Amino acid sequence: MAVSRRRTEGLTDKPFHYCPGCTHGIIHRLVAEALVELGVLGLAVGICPVGCAVFAYDYFNCDMIQAAHGRAPAVATGVKRVLPDRVVFTYQGDGDLAAIGTAEIIHAASRGENITVIFVNNAVFGMTGGQMAPTTLLGQKTTTTPFGRRVADAGFPLRVAEMLAAVEGPAYIARVAVSSPKNILRAKRAVRRAFEIQLQGLGFALVEVLSTCPTNWGLSPPEAMRWLEEKMIPVFPLGEFKVPEEEEQC
Amino acid sequence: MDKVLMEGNAAFGEGAVRAGCRFFFGYPITPQSELPHYLARRMPEVGGVYLQAESEVAAINMVYGAAAAGARVMTASSSPGISLMQEGISYIAGAELPAVIVNIMRGGPGLGNIAPSQSDYFQVVKGGGHGDYRLLVLAPSSVQEIIDLMAVAFELADKYRNPTMVVGDGVLGQMMEPVELGPMPDLVLPAKAWATTGTAGRNTRNIVNSLYIQPEELEKVNLRLQAKYSQMAKEEKRWEEYRLDDAALVLLAFGMVARIAKAAVDKLRAAGIPAGLIRPITLYPFPDIPVTQAAERAKAFLVVEMNAGQMVEDVRLALCGQRPVHFYGRTGGVLTSVAEVTGAAKEIWEVIE
Repeated sequence: MAVSRRRTEGLTDKPFHYCPGCTHGIIHRLVAEALVELGVLGLAVGICPVGCAVFAYDYFNCDMIQAAHGRAPAVATGVKRVLPDRVVFTYQGDGDLAAIGTAEIIHAASRGENITVIFVNNAVFGMTGGQMAPTTLLGQKTTTTPFGRRVADAGFPLRVAEMLAAVEGPAYIARVAVSSPKNILRAKRAVRRAFEIQLQGLGFALVEVLSTCPTNWGLSPPEAMRWLEEKMIPVFPLGEFKVPEEEEQC
Repeated sequence: MDKVLMEGNAAFGEGAVRAGCRFFFGYPITPQSELPHYLARRMPEVGGVYLQAESEVAAINMVYGAAAAGARVMTASSSPGISLMQEGISYIAGAELPAVIVNIMRGGPGLGNIAPSQSDYFQVVKGGGHGDYRLLVLAPSSVQEIIDLMAVAFELADKYRNPTMVVGDGVLGQMMEPVELGPMPDLVLPAKAWATTGTAGRNTRNIVNSLYIQPEELEKVNLRLQAKYSQMAKEEKRWEEYRLDDAALVLLAFGMVARIAKAAVDKLRAAGIPAGLIRPITLYPFPDIPVTQAAERAKAFLVVEMNAGQMVEDVRLALCGQRPVHFYGRTGGVLTSVAEVTGAAKEIWEVIE
């Protein structure tokens, strides 16, 4: 039998542990493909978070470091300062990056650390059992907002891409989604761009990826894709929020 | 050899540079500030990196990353800042990374004050962070010894792939003493085949991690760590003995307090009391060897600390009730004096006689 598609060499052979319909697998593949296409897999050092992607070191076929909850940007800073010619990336969820890790992400961005951040936003804490995340939508039911998130109790969803685009340090900030073939291709371009920025030494690059969590959203995988497009994208609009200066001019 | 006058906090920095450390990540806190001040100038001179982090939490995680990348790396802080670093220190111990942490202890608990203290002995020796781990802990008592022990700290960290803490206090950090630096050492640093430097040129992936989801697997890791700590306990105990040979009253003190206790021993000897001193240089592993040896001749022990009695527990553990163990301490950042220690020792001696 002829093999028409192979798994990218940027991923190991280990099967993902992610739930059916979860889009971590797609995002892993986009990151791995970008590293392979840019020819930097052997130079890559990845930092995985605490959360559903805590085992990402089993999947990315490069050197990996497991970081404490929220601290991946600080760990990446340490690695990159020691090894400025390596390709350093973090892979973080919304609990990790947008709750406990806000200080680390803002200051890594503000310093313009020459690292790439893949920020997976699925509007919920996945691993710990579907609790409210900073990115949980208003009205969204979670295990800790059983009546839906209300402003009076829990404030507003945090828009990380817009917030970091207001900081002077970053070179590239984009938000993408992996909800359709078209969006996945766009996401791929943004992820690849975020690594190219690092290779060009232009500084901090972050791609926020809107992702699904059918298990904790209580939806089937197709319903989750629709929910992402219909509910999440209006709150978290897609696009490039910051690009390197020379690109802005042309 | 020429001597130069150097401040303790600067000596921690210069000692690190001479030990091959080229990466410093830290966050300002009194009374260790002169250390980052020194390294902010010194690191660029030697092609190193000085980076002021956004918090102690970030600083220790930068240390974690730099250590994973194979560098000799350090941070420095003081008691409340060290408390904030505990999660990261536990991760560094769990992932078996070499790193050096300087802790210029100050009065506590809480915000306490910035005066000299030893009230974090339990924290630095018994754990501090979560999990069954140990730090190697060194306690210099002079500016020269700071320089010398910083080299030891980096060597031990690499040898055991374990975080090493070097503790002092505000007096040691801010006093100036002549030190002999000698020529800049020509170091050959150990290769670190485990470091996450990218797989290029290697057949296997390197992973830095402290997560073992299967209990049996984690227990195996813990047993290996415990075996490592046992090896440290066997090979790395360091101490200084002072007038101990015929001592019937044995004082124990570390760091700055040991200097006060040494003067007290001289006063006691002048008054006809056969006193001696054991100064632990490693707080972990605790040097129980001289304690049990001294117990053969000693009638009593007196532990002097700038806390409410912490190292005294390790002395009692070493002696297992063989001899009475007394304690004298001041807390809150109050420095004890030669007169106070001498007085406390004389009271004990009078009861013995």
